[in-house]
Amino acid sequence: MSAVTHTIPPAAPLSPVMRIVPPSRWWVIPFAELWDFRELIYFFVWRDIKIRYKQTAVGSAWAILQPFLMMLVFSLFFGKLANIGSDGLSYPIFYYSALLPWMYFAAALQNSTNTIVENQRLITKVYFPRLALPLSSVLSGLVDFAVSFLMFVVLMIYYGIRPTVAMLWFPAFLSLAILVALGVGLWLSALNAIYRDVRYVLPFLVQFWLFASPVVYPSSRVPAEWRWLYGLNPMAGVIEGFRWSLTGRGNPPGHLLIVSSVVAAFILLSGIAYFQKMETTMADVV
Amino acid sequence: MTESVIHVEGLGKRYRVGERERYLALRDIVSHALRAPFRRPRTPRQVDYLWALRDVSLDVNQGEVVGLIGRNGAGKTTLLKLLSRITRPTTGFAEIHGRVGSLLEVGTGFHPELTGRENIYLSGAILGMQKREIDRKNDAIVAFAEVERFLDTPLKHYSTGMQMRLAFAVAAHLEPEILLVDEVLAVGDIEFQKKCLGKMQDISRSGRTIVFVSHQMGQMRRLCERVFWVDDGQIRQEGAAGKVIAAYESSNLQPNADHVHGDRCFVRWSICGHDNILRDGLQNVVFHCHLQLREPVSQGHFGLKIFNDSGALMVGWGIDNLDIASGDQEILLRVPLLPLRPGAYSLVCTLFNRGNNLTGGHLIEEWNAQPPLIVDTLPVSHPQDRWAGILNLPADLHVRQG
Repeated sequence: MSAVTHTIPPAAPLSPVMRIVPPSRWWVIPFAELWDFRELIYFFVWRDIKIRYKQTAVGSAWAILQPFLMMLVFSLFFGKLANIGSDGLSYPIFYYSALLPWMYFAAALQNSTNTIVENQRLITKVYFPRLALPLSSVLSGLVDFAVSFLMFVVLMIYYGIRPTVAMLWFPAFLSLAILVALGVGLWLSALNAIYRDVRYVLPFLVQFWLFASPVVYPSSRVPAEWRWLYGLNPMAGVIEGFRWSLTGRGNPPGHLLIVSSVVAAFILLSGIAYFQKMETTMADVV
Repeated sequence: MTESVIHVEGLGKRYRVGERERYLALRDIVSHALRAPFRRPRTPRQVDYLWALRDVSLDVNQGEVVGLIGRNGAGKTTLLKLLSRITRPTTGFAEIHGRVGSLLEVGTGFHPELTGRENIYLSGAILGMQKREIDRKNDAIVAFAEVERFLDTPLKHYSTGMQMRLAFAVAAHLEPEILLVDEVLAVGDIEFQKKCLGKMQDISRSGRTIVFVSHQMGQMRRLCERVFWVDDGQIRQEGAAGKVIAAYESSNLQPNADHVHGDRCFVRWSICGHDNILRDGLQNVVFHCHLQLREPVSQGHFGLKIFNDSGALMVGWGIDNLDIASGDQEILLRVPLLPLRPGAYSLVCTLFNRGNNLTGGHLIEEWNAQPPLIVDTLPVSHPQDRWAGILNLPADLHVRQG
């Protein structure tokens, strides 16, 4: 006989056991747990978006203004003055199509680098899978991306560029961009939790990466026999993919894309592994 | 058989200390690599380890409300952090059956730029509530916090009190199967504390399990059935709330010197000849004081004073014109009732020869009686501690027409 004398029954029957043990050397991707916490991830994304343009005069118009102004600067200096070439595309289209994924990528790195440190209070006071933080900072950038994409549609109409079948590939390139951003973001956020230097290194990293990617120049400038190597920078594959799929001009980024995808997968998996390793001590060291 | 929902075995947590900086700078690693390029980088300074928690084993049954008491830094919060998975143990393991909600801080996840309504959702989600659950409880939370008019105002324009109330309201509506609460009820005004305590009692009545840390022993006595006393990372004592709390309180009352003034004459004391624990304050209570006198006392004075843990005098008695022969003696002071509230009290005994302190008598000894007095009776006063005063008196109530 049970000795329970409560008149109100328990809210739910006993749930499955959760074991709390010292961290092991093995890591697994906690898909099931992330799924359980999907609402929290949603709320993190929602918070990021709500806060991002608080107390700014033009609000989310910044999502358009930033790439648009960059596009103007690039068109003027790299295009008109330096005459770098654009594979036959008009400069605004050429630059804006590359700035779309690039600005998303750069912002995602910025946000995920700081996310662990900014949410220090949360990490030391409540449990949730820590992966939710960099994941949501990468996802919340998609809203800005969508807004700046509207501007691109306007540019397309203005320059009379019709979408082609290549457009069907666009979701694949966008996914690749997200995965690269997540992979690098995981590394940076975990590193920044221990080495605060990361935050100061980041501006240089982003600047360097910009010039190592085909944003201000077409990758056709890279000698053909080295182009596959160029794909080691996964953003090269992403940006070329964006340009090709959105405008339908030029050749699909074949080899480049394969190399980029493999590298992206490597960065992502190693990033998850490193993050998971750090996660066990994050609340103690952050 | 009651079922154990928290089972902890040999749990330990080790922290590194000795490094002033809590995080490494890349600089350290680089400079090390420059100085000794072929050696594996090691931490330059000697690293000390601190066991915040060591070999802790305990079980908590379903529907139980247990308390954790102990000094600051004893490891109570570390234990809660391990149980809520915020940090991982170094040794041992814990098994938890059921959904855990932890409340280690008030206002976890609040953001100043967001409105009250938005913060309810954000904080609720962070504390582990589902969106549907928050939708359902939203009205109750708002009513509980009394912030209806400011729901769409950003939190940064709230007064501290309002923020606090909103934070408590969200937390109070958290209903996991197991609730871990750190000392969060200590803040907030009395009215609000009362509401929170009431809410916790509701939660425990619905069969949920609560593990609760507090320094307010009154709250502990009222809420908990069982208490663990954590001391220096280990469980020092566990058992019925009244007993463990009394032991803890008496350990805190130990003064530096029991002997304050004069020669030694007091040897030991007890209540009714047993020990230092008062179990019924509504009947005759006899204090026994054993003395060893070198000389006889004539026309002397005996005084006994009782102070509470904050040093306020509860009651004092003084008896003049005493004649006591030398040698081993026993003074018996009988009082018909001693309705003190549960807790630990210190006792001071004084003995004068030839007069008292006012008539210039000779002070033989002023003694901080050891061990201190422990009152372990049922609290029968007002359910809100701070309103209950210093006396613990039962009451009857009748309502009559006319």
